[in-house]
This record gives sequence, structure tokens and C-alpha cells, in this order.
Amino acid sequence: MQVSMSVNGRQVSGDVEPRTLLVHFLREDRGLTGTHVGCESSYCGACTVKMDGKAVLSCTMLAVQAEGADITTVEGLAENGELHPVQEGFWERHGLQCGFCTPGMIISAVTLLEENDNPSEEEIRRGIEGNLCRCTGYHNIVRAIEYAGAKMRGEEPAPAEWENA
Amino acid sequence: MYPRQFDYVAPSSLEEALAALDANPGAKVLAGGMSLLPMMKMRLLSPEMVVDIGRIGGLGDITDNGDSISIGALVTHTEVSASGLVQEHGAALATAASWTGDRQVRNRGTCCGSMVHADVAADQPVAALALGATMVAASSGGTREIAAADFFVDTMMSALEPNEILTEVRIPKAGPGTASAYDKLGRRGGHTDYAVAGVAASVTRSNGSISAATVAVTGVGNRPVLAAGVADALVGSDGSDAAVEAAAAHATDGIDVLEDLYGSVGYKTHLAQVFAARAVKAALSAAG
Repeated sequence: MQVSMSVNGRQVSGDVEPRTLLVHFLREDRGLTGTHVGCESSYCGACTVKMDGKAVLSCTMLAVQAEGADITTVEGLAENGELHPVQEGFWERHGLQCGFCTPGMIISAVTLLEENDNPSEEEIRRGIEGNLCRCTGYHNIVRAIEYAGAKMRGEEPAPAEWENA
Repeated sequence: MYPRQFDYVAPSSLEEALAALDANPGAKVLAGGMSLLPMMKMRLLSPEMVVDIGRIGGLGDITDNGDSISIGALVTHTEVSASGLVQEHGAALATAASWTGDRQVRNRGTCCGSMVHADVAADQPVAALALGATMVAASSGGTREIAAADFFVDTMMSALEPNEILTEVRIPKAGPGTASAYDKLGRRGGHTDYAVAGVAASVTRSNGSISAATVAVTGVGNRPVLAAGVADALVGSDGSDAAVEAAAAHATDGIDVLEDLYGSVGYKTHLAQVFAARAVKAALSAAG
């Protein structure tokens, strides 16, 4: 079947089987391997992409369901070589170790901050409930998202905890 | 993990979708896909055809019918939980929707899909039971209305026929003194994941006593089920904490409590009683 959608601002199309999952279309057809295939059972969130403004699981969607949709993957966040504030936050606040969950975690955080530009720590933790990280214990991910939120509001992020130690 | 091969159609009208179901008895209906697609990927289910109703207009609204509200087939858990109408007239359902799955799942999964999937430990079916919801099912022969109390037949089995689509969950508006609430223990603690046990309650308070109550339990038996024993004990009582706790002791009366990976019969019975008391107290508090 023919499917077409916008991916990271570019109109793309491809010929897929009905059973082709969106994540496989993105990774194998479009070569966008930033979106990861993790648990494949809708628990881990590594495959999270933004579709029409909302965080969705690309491993639990058929590519044909995204016909006409506007998709953003982690590759589409940086603009003109400048990291998105959430990407910068993960860098500045050590929000990743192995990096496997990171693309999905970042997309979740981006959509969270788009919906609520000043979330509390509890709202951040609830906002990333669908993304599992097996390395960090989430602590620095929360700090990274707080950093990004401050940047996106035009405020100076709080200093890193280790700078106060 | 790929599903087995299937034919796919994405009709633009309900009539076309219903005709496709008539013509293909092995077909399954796809809305949000948060239950169907994992089952297909795990090959627990391999339908010959998938009828994607996601392109059909008019199924994605929460509407005010005057004496009731309707939740359309494509309304997501996120939309149910954020709806002022649902919060006002079916708080138990709004809460249940907000605790369903995780954020990504709630952005795609649908309230109607959760009803049809009829998981034994799902959140929203018991809210529908407690609220006295009506399920509106469409087929090429017309529509029929099924009371929530008759809809959940057995484990992952609803009263919906293979050629029908659940187009609407209809909830009666809450009159004066009526309010509802839902509370549960999730499998991953707190409110996260399916319910180990959960209870939805709707109560009406008038002239200082409880004049009507409907209570339903999830996670403990073979299906989401009414807890008539709690409701019977509540009606006519003064709604004091002692009365509520005495009523909650009947949470699993007449229900065949089943042990599973998440708890023994004794533990689940205990949890059902605890959450029955909590849900009823929360509903009473909201009823004023």
C-alpha cells in the first residue's frame, strides 16, 4: 500500500505492507534509526514519536494509520545545527547513560513541555511515566527536563546540583 | 514483532465499515489499536482483515445530549480524562481514563475500545458499570443499546457481535446529590498499570441518607462486575464512615474471586474491600 506523511517537516511516501509498523517504516524505509525498538509491547516508550503534536508509540501503530499525519522524530528536533532545549538539557544535566531510551524520552519531554511549559517535578515524572530508563534512576532526566523548561521559558536554568556540592 | 499478514481497509463512513464487517466475518475493528495491535504482534490474534475506523468522521466527539453525554468511538483516554462534561457527570470514568496505560497509550487508545476489549483488570469498564452507562452498538441492520450491566459477558468477551461496532458510550447526567469516584491499586504500585483490584462507585445522597448507589469491581474476577452487596448495604444508610466500611465488607459477595500473578484470593478480596470503602467515601464527599 502507498502511504504518505510528513516526517520532520518533509513530505515522504513509501510502499508498505498493511502490517508494517510505523517504527519500521521510519527506521528501515526512511533510515531514521534514532527512533528505537525496545520492548515492542507498548511498555518502554523507546519508540515514542510525535504525531500531530502528541507523543505516541510508533511500535504500536501501523504505518498506514499515520497516513497524512505530521510526524517528528528525534532527528527532527535540532534546528540549523542547534540542539533543541530538551536535547541540550539532557547534555547539560547528564540525562542519559547508555542512551537507548533517550530518543523516546526526549520526544516525550518535548511534548510534555509543549503542553505545559512550567511543569512541577511530579508533573514531569508523570509525563515520562511511559518511558522506561534502566540506567539513570530518572533523577537526572527530571533535572534535564527542568533545565529545558527554564530555557524554553527564557529563564536561566537552576545550576546543576554538582555545582553546589 | 510483526503481526501476521492481513487485508486492511480504512473506510470513510460507518456504513462502509459495517459492510466490510458483514462481508468479512474474520475482520477486527481497529480504532486506537492499543489493545488490538499488541495482541496481533504477539500473534494471540491474527485477523484476516483489519477495518480501521480512524478515518470515519463524527466518531471523535464527546457530546451533550441534554439528559446524557455520549463518548464517541474514536475519543481517546486523554480526551475523556480532560473533558469537563465527563468530569462533571462521570468523574469515575474521567479518573479511570487518566489512570489507563501511560501518556502515549492514552493519546491513542479509546474509551470505546477499552469497553470492547473487556479486560478483567481494566479501569474504564467498571466506571461504565457504576455510572449505569449504555453501550450503543451499530451494525448494518441498525443500532441497539446494551446496558453496561449486560455488556461484560466473560473474560475479554463483551456482548458486541462480530459485525457490530461500539459507536458510543452513553452516560446519564448526574442529578443533584449524585457523584462518582474510582480508586485502585495498580500492578506497578499506586495507580500505574492494570488494576490488581479497583472499585468504581456512584452514589446519590438525599435528605441525609444514601438513596441510590451503584458499585463495581475490577481485577478480582473473570470480568468487570457489579458489587450489588455493597450497593444494597449503602442504600438507606447515613453514609457515615462506619456505614461505608460495613457496606464495603460485601465487595466480593457473589463474585468468584480468582487468584492471579498479582495476588491471592484473600489479598484481592481484602483490596476490593479497601478500595470499595475509599471509592464510596470519595463519591460521597463529592456528592456533598
